[in-house]
Amino acid sequence: MCVLNLADTIGYKIISHWLAARERRPFLFQQEAWQHIINGESGLVNAPTGCGKTYSVFLGSLIDFINHNPDDYKTKSKNQLQLLWITPLRALAKDIGRAMEEVIAELEIPWKVGIRNGDTAIAERTRQKKQMPEVLIITPESLHLLLAQKGYPEIFRSLKIIAVDEWHELLGSKRGVQVELAVSRIVSGQRSVVSDNSGNKTTHSTLITHHSSLSIWGISATIGNLDEAKEVLMSSLRKEGVIVRANMNKRIEVESIFPDEIEKYPWAGHLGIKLAHKLIPVIEKSTTTLIFINTRGMSETWYQTLLNICPDLAGSIALHHGSVDMELRTWVEENLHSGRLKAVVCTASLDLGVDFRPVETVIQVGSPKGVARFLQRAGRSGHSPDAVSKIYFLPTHSLELAEAAALKKAIEENMIESRQPMLLCYDVLIQYLNTLAISDGFLPEQLFEEIKLTYCYKDLLEDEWKQLLHFITAGGKALQQYDDYKKVEIEDGVYKIKSRKLAMRHRLHIGTIVSESMLKVKFISGGYVGVIEEWFISRLQPGDVFTLAGRNLEFVMIKDLTAFVRKSNAKKSIVPSWQGGRMPLSANLGKKLRETFDRKSEGRSRKTEIQEKELEALEPLFELQESLSHVPKRNELLIEQIETRDGFHLFVYPFEGRLVHEAMAAILAYRISRITPITFSFAMNDYGFELLSDQPVPVDDTNVYELFSPGDLLSDIQRSVNSTEMARRKFRDVAVIGGLIFQGYPGEQKKARHLQASASLLFNVFNEYEPGNLLLRQSYQEVLDQQMEEARLRDMLERIQRSKIIITFPTQLTPFCFPVKVDSMREDLSSEKLEDRVRRMQLQLEK
Amino acid sequence: MSTYLSHMIGDEHLVMSAERTLFWENESTLIVADLHIGKTGHFRQAGIGVPQQVYKDDLHRLLAQILFFKAERLIIVGDLTHSVANKELDLFRKWRKDFPSLDLHLVKGNHDILEEKWYSEADISVKVGQFGVKQFLFVHDILTPGINAEKGQYFFSGHLHPGISIRGRGRQSLHFPCFYFTKKYCVLPAFSRFTGTYKVEPGEGEKAFAIIDKDIVPV
Repeated sequence: MCVLNLADTIGYKIISHWLAARERRPFLFQQEAWQHIINGESGLVNAPTGCGKTYSVFLGSLIDFINHNPDDYKTKSKNQLQLLWITPLRALAKDIGRAMEEVIAELEIPWKVGIRNGDTAIAERTRQKKQMPEVLIITPESLHLLLAQKGYPEIFRSLKIIAVDEWHELLGSKRGVQVELAVSRIVSGQRSVVSDNSGNKTTHSTLITHHSSLSIWGISATIGNLDEAKEVLMSSLRKEGVIVRANMNKRIEVESIFPDEIEKYPWAGHLGIKLAHKLIPVIEKSTTTLIFINTRGMSETWYQTLLNICPDLAGSIALHHGSVDMELRTWVEENLHSGRLKAVVCTASLDLGVDFRPVETVIQVGSPKGVARFLQRAGRSGHSPDAVSKIYFLPTHSLELAEAAALKKAIEENMIESRQPMLLCYDVLIQYLNTLAISDGFLPEQLFEEIKLTYCYKDLLEDEWKQLLHFITAGGKALQQYDDYKKVEIEDGVYKIKSRKLAMRHRLHIGTIVSESMLKVKFISGGYVGVIEEWFISRLQPGDVFTLAGRNLEFVMIKDLTAFVRKSNAKKSIVPSWQGGRMPLSANLGKKLRETFDRKSEGRSRKTEIQEKELEALEPLFELQESLSHVPKRNELLIEQIETRDGFHLFVYPFEGRLVHEAMAAILAYRISRITPITFSFAMNDYGFELLSDQPVPVDDTNVYELFSPGDLLSDIQRSVNSTEMARRKFRDVAVIGGLIFQGYPGEQKKARHLQASASLLFNVFNEYEPGNLLLRQSYQEVLDQQMEEARLRDMLERIQRSKIIITFPTQLTPFCFPVKVDSMREDLSSEKLEDRVRRMQLQLEK
Repeated sequence: MSTYLSHMIGDEHLVMSAERTLFWENESTLIVADLHIGKTGHFRQAGIGVPQQVYKDDLHRLLAQILFFKAERLIIVGDLTHSVANKELDLFRKWRKDFPSLDLHLVKGNHDILEEKWYSEADISVKVGQFGVKQFLFVHDILTPGINAEKGQYFFSGHLHPGISIRGRGRQSLHFPCFYFTKKYCVLPAFSRFTGTYKVEPGEGEKAFAIIDKDIVPV
């Protein structure tokens, strides 16, 4: 391959000429990316939203095309698929497509841009099947649906570039794994084409490196593990790949909103709303404002509160979260963009945005829990590369002001969280195998080699592979002649699903996003409001009033999986709480927070000037904390033992987020109970946790390091935490993705009635009768990795071993422990046998 | 070892078993509900690989209960089978052949949709609606319109798959299948272990007995 100099190529000349005519010049990183693209390289473009990241790959692909067709690029139509653009968000596809179409129209290149996702009409799909457009914008799910079509390798034969947009968003999820698998299939499909052409048919199953013309380009915002992000994407290509950095460090200005008086005993929740009036001037002076709230329930409350404080906002403020009707959400997005809406109260649902839709002001209410998320939200404002992004931070309790100081520091030092790629997701693999089985089928030996090349499955054992194959062909262990199992069949060594019914059902199940079981909410007079979790609505009586999408609704009845409501003028209403994970404080932010307290205590002892206004404001709180107990330095772990009327409290402050604290509390309780028989109840927040007992807690300088030892961690987790119940909850997603739960298909609900079984029931059956099942094992593993963040727990314990543990005995509750005490969710230590536990619970009930 | 618990209805002595059966002593009659035979097979036919062992185990448990109580009669209060015929049903027929002397009655439930021939070949006497032995009446769904007990009569039914939640401190809640007794009727737990439960909340004068692993506990 000869290396071309970008500037000498005709493609570059045409593109830069076109840009110049619009008074624009390519950015350095774009030129760098284009050079790599025409060299046939692969890699990752690291650029924030709004800095031309789309062009860095898209224009590169055009330059390459022009270079290859210098004479007839304006007339050469029907070029088959050239660029596959994978995006996580359906909503973004249209905007990206429109921007691309504009460019090719102006350049007079006869390319077509197609969109393929759940919203694509059947007629359009058929058209695409007949004549693939040159650019196809697609979601990971729809890409797998393409792989479920007979003859799919034909579609990708001409493909030059796979672009994966927002790769940082996909990376840590099972959708990222779907991308890895699809890429591995396309790469290998092109390889076998090459071997076929050379007349060597046996190379179908052998993998030889040669120059594939296919390149892969990821586009990612900054994350802590960019190299790994690149490695994951390049894995199947077996190439190193390059990273192209935009190096446009956007300036970010953080402004905290201060309460008039700092509470010395903070507690979560009520302060935020009390400060709501301070947002009104901010909203009024900006043309457009996004107000980010951490939970959907709180966003409903905030929306109401803002309207109550400032009724003038009615009509120019809206609510946007994942449970609001899709159409309404689109309306909100469009009206925000056009400036008809002044402010939108939203959740993570508006985290991702397109290059082309900036807002003026961003407000974050409560802890953003992580640096990356905070930056991403800040980045929604001030879109041009040299504009300053301004974000207001409104604390929901006074200690969160310290988080603001920590965030500023973290941004300064560019301490952005990593996204850990998921490993060995058997559920996604089972789904993928079925997908290939309904299109052209697969040869297991060849596919195993191919899958082993992906990052996710590089450590897949042959034994596990055989188990997976056995599961899809024979359904696990069975009663031989009394079995009717039917799914994947083997015909001349090719694994295939032949039943049309099974194939159709599988097609409806492709995807890895599993939602809670939701009910639609509709007005009895007609009109759709949104969706609500089944468990919430099941607690309501007809006549109860609840809030959804900013409206007060009276519950009337449930019929056909729909909750019917009518409008209500009631003053009081119930705000629904949506289940689903509350994000824990990230490790990076936790670390910065510990350092912040350190700076604080250093500042005090040296009487030096403290820079952060936030820390200055917190001075009274810190003083009280110091006089009652201690403010921990970065290399210290603070433990407080306090006796109150409730009993004996032990508070520990690792600042590692609630998940780690939850697991640690259980482990510590278990370890203490080995010293002396003692029962505890737990409470935790993102800063620390509490053990409460009716007898003194035997923790002192002599045993404390041992209690926080990383030794025997795994076995202590198993003995102390009810991982079965946690795994039961994880199993639901795994079972849906792995195809064990049949959700019925449109119009056929009745026939499928005999196939209904809850995830919990399936979990029981597998747990008891087939404990080695891979999907079951995966649920337990996910509990360890995600629910308890085992790796982080271990890191914390190792850090504590190197730290100074300080135990204090305050005479009353301290500012640090107060939020834990109030913001508590109690769980009994329950390592006893099931029967004993129930009897004890009964005794409690009788009291 | 599973435990057993006595319960009196009038003068009749009944024994509840943690294996989800009820034994009527004076009549040597074992009463069960909701076997859902063929359910695993039905799922497996649809490509959902539920372990068949749960079905095999159901049959073993039923066998063990019949032998333990030396039952002469088996009354199934509905939902013997789960859906249309499949191979798992053949295994049941084979199982049935080993107890030719067992008097087997089925009160048809909503899942019992097989042809008459199948039942007669399996030597099962099929009743529609309700079926009485002395002062006890057997019915599938106690909430069927028109079902009413005369004075002194008592119903046994299934269909509901009753379960009960036991709550503890700190939002803990555990869920177990149960026997559910009101003044007029008893709802049996579903016999098959491949069944879910429907939550019941016993009111005044009602009793529930939770099946917790191998134990029966009054709640």
